[in-house]
Amino acid sequence: MSSILIYLESHDGKLKSNAAEVATAGRKLATAQQKELVAVVIGEVATDELGNWGISRAIRLSGGNLADYSGDVWAAELAQLVSDQQADTVLMMASSQGRDLSPRLGALTGVTVIADVISLENQDGTTVGLRPVFANKAQVLVRPTGELAIFTLRPKAFTPEVVEAVATTVESRSAAALDALAIVRELAVAAGAKIDLTEADVIVSGGRGMGGSEKYDILEQLAEKLGGVVGASRAAVDAGWRPHSDQVGQTGKTVAPTLYIACGISGAIQHLAGMSSSRFIVAINKDPEAPIFKVADYGIVGNLFEVVPALNSAI
Amino acid sequence: MKAIVCMKQVPDTESRITINPEKTGVEQGDFSYIIGPYDEYAIEAALQLKEAAGEGEVVLLSVGDPSIKSTLQKGMAMGADRSVLIEVDSYNGDALTTARLLAAQLKTMEYDIIFFGKQAPDDNNAQVGPMVGQLLGLPTVTAIAALEVQEGKAVVEREVEGGREVYEVTLPALLTTEKGLNEPRYPSLKGIMQAKRKPVDLVSGEVAAATTEQLTWSYPPSRAEGKIVGEGTAAVPELVRLLKEEAKVL
Ligand SMILES: Cc1cc2nc3c(=O)[nH]c(=O)nc-3n(C[C@H](O)[C@H](O)[C@H](O)COP(=O)(O)OP(=O)(O)OC[C@H]3O[C@@H](n4cnc5c(N)ncnc54)[C@H](O)[C@@H]3O)c2cc1C
Repeated sequence: MSSILIYLESHDGKLKSNAAEVATAGRKLATAQQKELVAVVIGEVATDELGNWGISRAIRLSGGNLADYSGDVWAAELAQLVSDQQADTVLMMASSQGRDLSPRLGALTGVTVIADVISLENQDGTTVGLRPVFANKAQVLVRPTGELAIFTLRPKAFTPEVVEAVATTVESRSAAALDALAIVRELAVAAGAKIDLTEADVIVSGGRGMGGSEKYDILEQLAEKLGGVVGASRAAVDAGWRPHSDQVGQTGKTVAPTLYIACGISGAIQHLAGMSSSRFIVAINKDPEAPIFKVADYGIVGNLFEVVPALNSAI
Repeated sequence: MKAIVCMKQVPDTESRITINPEKTGVEQGDFSYIIGPYDEYAIEAALQLKEAAGEGEVVLLSVGDPSIKSTLQKGMAMGADRSVLIEVDSYNGDALTTARLLAAQLKTMEYDIIFFGKQAPDDNNAQVGPMVGQLLGLPTVTAIAALEVQEGKAVVEREVEGGREVYEVTLPALLTTEKGLNEPRYPSLKGIMQAKRKPVDLVSGEVAAATTEQLTWSYPPSRAEGKIVGEGTAAVPELVRLLKEEAKVL
């Protein structure tokens, strides 16, 4: 029987929250196609959550040269598992790690990754994926033509589902000691270690209308109250008010929070490319003609320096 | 310092995208083309390395039909010395196919470092760079936001969720570039004039069978028409009510 391999990311011995998204997508496919589902974790990772997602079998790879992330070594280990486990489908996140790791696995196994999909569909036992292209202006359904398909899943496009818990058998395997061509020497954790924009449920974003880096305080306060993080338009990043890692849009991050509050952002096409699949969009802009109002579920025309503090005290 | 920059010509990011009636792709007709925005960081990085070394060469490499020459010229106007274009008639842009074409050509070339943009904005694949790295067995780091080259080594950083990974790799290496790495220069008038005389070598490549097939193209579902809740702070209570009762997000 062929199997579906899902690679689950971890950090500091714990599964990342996005693991639930991959696990849910994997379980659904395995059920639809009557294939075995095999979860793979790398390193000494706690696996007790897996049962809640309906995963009954997991492989924990460790040893060798796996302690620190190396795209080439990890891909080689996964390629070995793909062949051992007779996998015909591999799923992982289209996160920064997944987008680094998956193409290497693709090159090793001879397939193009069907990258950054927002949905997966079973068509007579073959999995097809829908992927946004041209900065979300179009989407294309892609099918693998060979024996193996690798998909990466766009963060937050797949809703995690907890199911009736099953027992998980975890098999530990030690990896061969492969030499790494490139390996992480140091992981510098960002100051404040806030949630990444791609993983946030609420984003309060500020654009050129903010007028300066110190003005972001009011957005930070609102974000904190809502359990979210602050994002920015490119104009704000290029002005040096916010770091590049805060940029939302075509040359920044693609985000899909439950709530996106755009403050002093006009809504240029390149910005919309990064946030138009947010569930709810609120726009605060003094220009009633700003294109952001076309995509906003709720808009307030007004001065953000008055509206944002008022909003902050009202919630 | 010999640097090769693999770049892709892409439609201007402002372009309107029209899906063809057969739903097999987009209408190519009315695009104006640019260098992939991430590829510009790659070209800039290569130029800076050559300038710092005081010697060397920056070569642009691309795959496609001869119409790409004008986009290669824009890169040469920035300062790249020459270009190589792997001419292919038609293929579906499959990432591994592209990677194989590039890897085969790169095997015939000399380099200390190979750059790619981290991703092309049209097909959103972000695969060709790391695939080529794997095919050539080169140390490869993707989406770098900082780079320092010294004595045959490169120290690079890449942004990941919640932090930055730091790598040290031995050259020759392959790096893909993220925004924030540098500020790409604008071509000078002199650069634009000189670019016209810089060579574009045409080579042929063998197109392998694609491993994925595009079935149908469509437009993403459009968002429901938004509504203006009101003006100024007076609208805030109503916004809060909507977020609580209608959207149920508060
Ligand atoms: C290749 C390429 C890639 C790009 N990638 C990105 C990207 O990834 N992300 C991105 O965001 N952009 C990107 N851009 C840039 C994009 O085209 C816009 O220039 C940018 O998004 C504008 O940012 P903004 O909305 O903050 O600024 P502006 O367009 O200047 O808008 C500022 C808005 O703030 C409002 N405003 C001002 N003061 C106030 C106030 N006191 N109260 C309320 N409202 C106020 C104004 O009415 C205006 O609508 C890209 C461009 C190119 C060419």
